Amino acid sequence: MSEPASGHATHVVPVKVYLGVFLALCVGTVLTVEAAGHDFGALNTPIALGIAVVKATLVVLYFMHVRYSPRLVTLMLLSGVAFLALLVLFTLSDYVSRPWPIVPGS
Amino acid sequence: MSTEPAVLPKVHYLNAGYGWRSWLFTTDHKRIAILYLVSVTLMFFLGGAYAVLIRLNLVEPTGSLVTAETYNKLFTAHGVVMIFFFLIPSIPATLGNFLIPLMIGAKDLAFPRINLLSWYVFVVGALITLHALVNGGLDTGWTFYAPYSTVFSNTAVVTAGVGIFVTGFSSILTGLNFIVTIHKMRAPGLTWFRLPLFVWAHYATSVIQILGTPVIAVTVLLVAVERAFHFGFFDPARGGDPILFQHLFWFYSHPAVYIMILPSMGVISEVVAAFSRKRVFGYSFIAMSSLAIAGLGFLVWAHHMFVTGLAVYAAMVFSALSFSVAIPSAIKVFNWTATFYRGSVSWQTPMLYAFGFIGLFTIGGLTGLFLATLGIDVHVTDTYFVVAHFHYIMVGGAIMGYLGGLHYWWPKIAGRHYPEWWARVSAVVIFLGFNLTFFPQFILGYLGMPRRYHVYPEEFQVLNVMSSAGASILGIGYLIPMVYLAWSMRYGKVASANPWPATGLEWQTTSPPPTTNFEKTPVVDEEVYDYPKLLEKKEAVLV
Amino acid sequence: MSEAAHAPAGPLAHHFADLDQQKESAVLGMWLFLVTEILFFGGLFATYAVYRHLYYDAFSAGSHHLSWRIGFANTLVLIASSLTMAMAVHSAALGKKGRIVLFLLLTILLGSAFLGVKYFEYGEKIRPCLGDGPSAGCLLPGERFDASALHLEGDAARQAQVYFSLYFGMTGLHALHMIIGIPILGLLAWWAHRGRYDAAWHTPVEMVGLYWHFVDIVWIFLFPLLYLVGHH
Repeated sequence: MSEPASGHATHVVPVKVYLGVFLALCVGTVLTVEAAGHDFGALNTPIALGIAVVKATLVVLYFMHVRYSPRLVTLMLLSGVAFLALLVLFTLSDYVSRPWPIVPGS
Repeated sequence: MSTEPAVLPKVHYLNAGYGWRSWLFTTDHKRIAILYLVSVTLMFFLGGAYAVLIRLNLVEPTGSLVTAETYNKLFTAHGVVMIFFFLIPSIPATLGNFLIPLMIGAKDLAFPRINLLSWYVFVVGALITLHALVNGGLDTGWTFYAPYSTVFSNTAVVTAGVGIFVTGFSSILTGLNFIVTIHKMRAPGLTWFRLPLFVWAHYATSVIQILGTPVIAVTVLLVAVERAFHFGFFDPARGGDPILFQHLFWFYSHPAVYIMILPSMGVISEVVAAFSRKRVFGYSFIAMSSLAIAGLGFLVWAHHMFVTGLAVYAAMVFSALSFSVAIPSAIKVFNWTATFYRGSVSWQTPMLYAFGFIGLFTIGGLTGLFLATLGIDVHVTDTYFVVAHFHYIMVGGAIMGYLGGLHYWWPKIAGRHYPEWWARVSAVVIFLGFNLTFFPQFILGYLGMPRRYHVYPEEFQVLNVMSSAGASILGIGYLIPMVYLAWSMRYGKVASANPWPATGLEWQTTSPPPTTNFEKTPVVDEEVYDYPKLLEKKEAVLV
Repeated sequence: MSEAAHAPAGPLAHHFADLDQQKESAVLGMWLFLVTEILFFGGLFATYAVYRHLYYDAFSAGSHHLSWRIGFANTLVLIASSLTMAMAVHSAALGKKGRIVLFLLLTILLGSAFLGVKYFEYGEKIRPCLGDGPSAGCLLPGERFDASALHLEGDAARQAQVYFSLYFGMTGLHALHMIIGIPILGLLAWWAHRGRYDAAWHTPVEMVGLYWHFVDIVWIFLFPLLYLVGHH
């Protein structure tokens, strides 16, 4: 069994945690299907994406060990996600605002 | 300045091994930098050749040199080669590769083999793209807008797309290497705010390369898939939206221009400090402004799309953000200028290029604000005004910075000085040729001459001829350094470790450096750009 | 602790000061690569977002045509493969050579099962496109695409073609990542079998693990976005 020389090198995650995350992911997948069967109106997409984000977060934190990694890793990951969000949101803003009325002369 | 003549070290990175294998299988960042230097120089002259043909054609208003179809291929090739194969890799892959480990006191980059891989990927991408340019050509413009590129063009779009896709990975690998290196391999005592501004600039550039390049990679992939398999991403006949192509394309291609200019700005910071013998004014503002440019640069892309039918509200937001991205650039220009004040300024070649950069980049940057203004843009978009704007930044700015940096660090890279008189002459020739080429284009654009046309109304001929004349002077100006830099590798005056002298760890080792850069890992205990201390130590007087 | 002396398969590279710096650099480098993958797939997600906004009804019709049960089962298969991958890394950290190989092989098995199911799903949509004659039921975008199976025509049919372009484009790119990953897992399993990894050094196993989990995460988003549109 090796010791983490720098505090990060080889943190060993207990198997229980992995199994717990696996179970949570399965439940999350069932939830995804369940939620899709109900009509929450404008909240449909946010809920579906929200559940996916929770599942992804579990994979990132535990399977990918980000919980036990330097904070720089989290920063890099969040930057990637943030810039993707910018791409999607700014592009969508064009399409969403095209039909908005433009009031001349005011 | 030391009174004894300098002597080359017995063993250094250039003579540490002989034969093609020692070069093509090297993992030494300095040799990889030289490999890139040779490759990008070849691509520069290829792109320049296309430019010569374009300007020759535009001497006559009837565009008698080439047909419209051929002309389309010429400006496309010029753009593709200059942007993807020269400007994007130029400073990072040559000067960045060479200097970053030296500047931070490391033995190499974090991933030396990935560094070599990035060069091979560059070469493969270049060969594929060149194959496309020669077999069938490409006539879509470097911007390959859909659906022309995906449906109507009869040129080698897919092959060129594959070439560009491959080349993008070279850029990504370089950026990845730099970020990890700067985080993890700094010498003891080298805190972030003791890093040279050249390193900050490359860090910011690498962030853009990581975040932006994949988007153009997937966009080029979608273009190829749509063209080859008739999927309907951008083709309106299949339900696609051409404007979506432009959103995806410019999401990378706007930040890409910051990939092209930030490293140059890093060079200018170093040169201005060295030749004012003074710490750069507002060091942390310049450092942070590089990061700000990288971040804000991702929020402005649709200013390339103002006349496409973009939603007006979105256009207003993008216009406002485009104004804001000018601010960090302006901060740099003010701070460089403030550095000269009360400095001890001397006029060696690198400083001539830095001066040229500051003036020309300012003009280029200010004209960007004209373009960011919605009302004016409607009038000047897709005219020579835009062409002049980006050439002032890319040529008047980025290339001048590249040449300035190449000259500033040449003694370190080659172990020998370039001939100063010839270098100053070329810098002046380049400056004059450049302005003669591109200033008339602002006027032409304002008067309404559209870009990418092989013909133009007769009343524009005088300005076009001036521009073409300038281009020939510019071309000569670029050829002269090729000659004397090559000459100097054998016959130039041998350089000492710190000939200027300047602050920075790269000057604390021999010229040229040994393969592992330093005999002992340096320990940093002084602030960056500590010129008073350096001058005290050396009692140096620049000739 | 001179781990370098005891790790024959992972020598300390000359430019690093110690194994920790080398390992931490590898982790950062791999994550930066994954960030590029986020943006790479991200371009397709942005494309999806725009067209779903514009063509919601056609997306719904297209999505209903997929079998959500198959998608659901495949999602569980891929999540399971992430578990086995995590267990492979765990085994490496404990120096249990045999277990590393076992879990890597299980991961390969589950990944291949996923790909097998996708082959079947693609097959039903592409088979009608082959050969001459009418292509009713062909859902591969292109000349032979036929939206009549979805009871759509005209504009709605064109919009459905965009949906299927995204279906094939996104799941295809995802599958390509798995097709690349599986041989790499095979190579890792071979090297593990040869005793290359131990508790002191098993960085490649961790790095490939990160890649595999990333591919799983992409699917976690693809499943609801492609298979569950308008299912209420």
